[in-house]
Amino acid sequence: MSLFEHKVSDLHERLHKKELSVTDLVNESYERIGQVESQVKAFLTLDEERARVKAKELDDKLARGEQSGMLFGLPIGVKDNIVTKNLRTTCASKILENFDPIYDATVAEKLKQAETVTIGKLNMDEFAMGSSNENSAFQATRNPWNTDYVPGGSSGGSAASVAAGEVLFSLGSDTGGSIRQPAAYCGVVGLKPTYGRVSRYGLVAFASSLDQIGPITRTVEDNAYLLEAISGVDPMDSTSANVQVPSFVNALTGDVKGLKIAVPKEYLGEGVSEAARNSVLSALKVLEGLGAEWEEVSLPHSKYALAAYYLLSSSEASANLQRFDGVRYGYRADNAENLIEMYKQTRGEGFGDEVKRRIMLGTFSLSSGYYDAYYKKAQKVRTLIKQDFENVFAKYDVIIGPTTPTPAFKIGENTADPLTMYANDILTIPVNLAGVPGISVPCGFSNGLPLGLQIIGKHFDESTIYRTAHAFEQATEFHKQFPKL
Amino acid sequence: MSRISMEQVKHVAHLARLGITEQEAEKMQKELDLMISFAELLNELDTDEVKPTFHVLDMQNVMREDISQKGLPVEEVLKNAPDSKDGHIRVPSIMEGK
Repeated sequence: MSLFEHKVSDLHERLHKKELSVTDLVNESYERIGQVESQVKAFLTLDEERARVKAKELDDKLARGEQSGMLFGLPIGVKDNIVTKNLRTTCASKILENFDPIYDATVAEKLKQAETVTIGKLNMDEFAMGSSNENSAFQATRNPWNTDYVPGGSSGGSAASVAAGEVLFSLGSDTGGSIRQPAAYCGVVGLKPTYGRVSRYGLVAFASSLDQIGPITRTVEDNAYLLEAISGVDPMDSTSANVQVPSFVNALTGDVKGLKIAVPKEYLGEGVSEAARNSVLSALKVLEGLGAEWEEVSLPHSKYALAAYYLLSSSEASANLQRFDGVRYGYRADNAENLIEMYKQTRGEGFGDEVKRRIMLGTFSLSSGYYDAYYKKAQKVRTLIKQDFENVFAKYDVIIGPTTPTPAFKIGENTADPLTMYANDILTIPVNLAGVPGISVPCGFSNGLPLGLQIIGKHFDESTIYRTAHAFEQATEFHKQFPKL
Repeated sequence: MSRISMEQVKHVAHLARLGITEQEAEKMQKELDLMISFAELLNELDTDEVKPTFHVLDMQNVMREDISQKGLPVEEVLKNAPDSKDGHIRVPSIMEGK
């Protein structure tokens, strides 16, 4: 049995009883990577030498009997769009292939304070644009449940590495579903926090009004521990919210009696597979058995979310990605005659197809004469979508539906048509537009591939999401299954 | 007939400082057209009276004390620059005509 089949709290206890060392945990990680990484391809960079030095340092601390936090000594993987000082950070893009960050993201700093051990940096779709990891400039990560299938994206490496037992847990980022969708496809737990809960300082920006960093773990309890460690207001991110960070683990009471669940009819309707629908209906029965109540509701503007999202996220991306110009860092094209040509060649050669596509759409919708018809229109529709959620949350505690319309698809299956690929995210995107938190927890299998249950909560009410997800998880066996690699 | 002309595609690419080949421009014309027609779904909604949402949280003008803080060391900052000299970043000629 892998050490990573244990929970955070068990490993913590075993470290303190000296039944286990940090070196054992770090060894476990690199041994497993040695065994399965050629199949999974989750990592872009390994930080083995420093991780082993760090493990030794932490073991010395343990030997001296020093007090330590819950995450002390635990091996973690970090998505490659989170900057880590002196550890290569590429965003899975050619344009940042050799980028060596000179500071730590706030979450990376918080991990250092929590004394986790960073194992390496995880693959993703280039600049977090994609739903399959096929848009990485370097490699396509595979789904550990069936390596012919995608792990989802954009945090595909983050989800696959946890599912494959290469690390205990990881950090991802979610702009339109990029934590929840791969978590669903890989059978692990992934949470997108409320916008503003976690500092974005040092997260390479894709769409600043939508991006959030969040935890990917095997269990709901571990997820709650990791979120607590990375949350909080940050002077370096003026969009981080000055709200109290509760003990999320304290919310895991197992009690969902009287919980009011809303089930949007749009989330079980057209385009949602029979398998996904049935797994959600079974999950609702489980929760009903535990004393929760559910009713069907409507989020009437759901069908407009995808179009609004692509206009807004691409517009923000086109502005954010202007910084990659070959001047201060990253790739620079040779032999350009003047500055403008240097910009154009650098960006033309450095960015992949999907990134270019979105920069074009974004630049178009922000350009003179089109701004009101596209960008501003989408911002108005965003208001309507946000109001849909507010109306439902006036009467209900959580919203439940599938995380994705289908289980994972085959590598290469959706690359021909961008709109088909985008449709994977129809159930996760509205959550980012409204800025509310959402989790995906394993809720079934279809032909050996995992399915995810999405639980959405009110602004800054991750506690109720965790309580619901944990009660469901404890009443089911899905989280006790592991892929055979 | 595409809603987006080749001229527009090239104009947008220029605004974005994105070098694209003729072949890429043709592909982008089709894809942009597809995405823009898809986005026009939003026109079904009457939004005349709706205010836009630029930011989901009710926060404005987050201020801090105006206290100077130490910046990053120049050597560190230049570490990732493709070309630098004497503590400056160097770029190709900025003015027209070399």
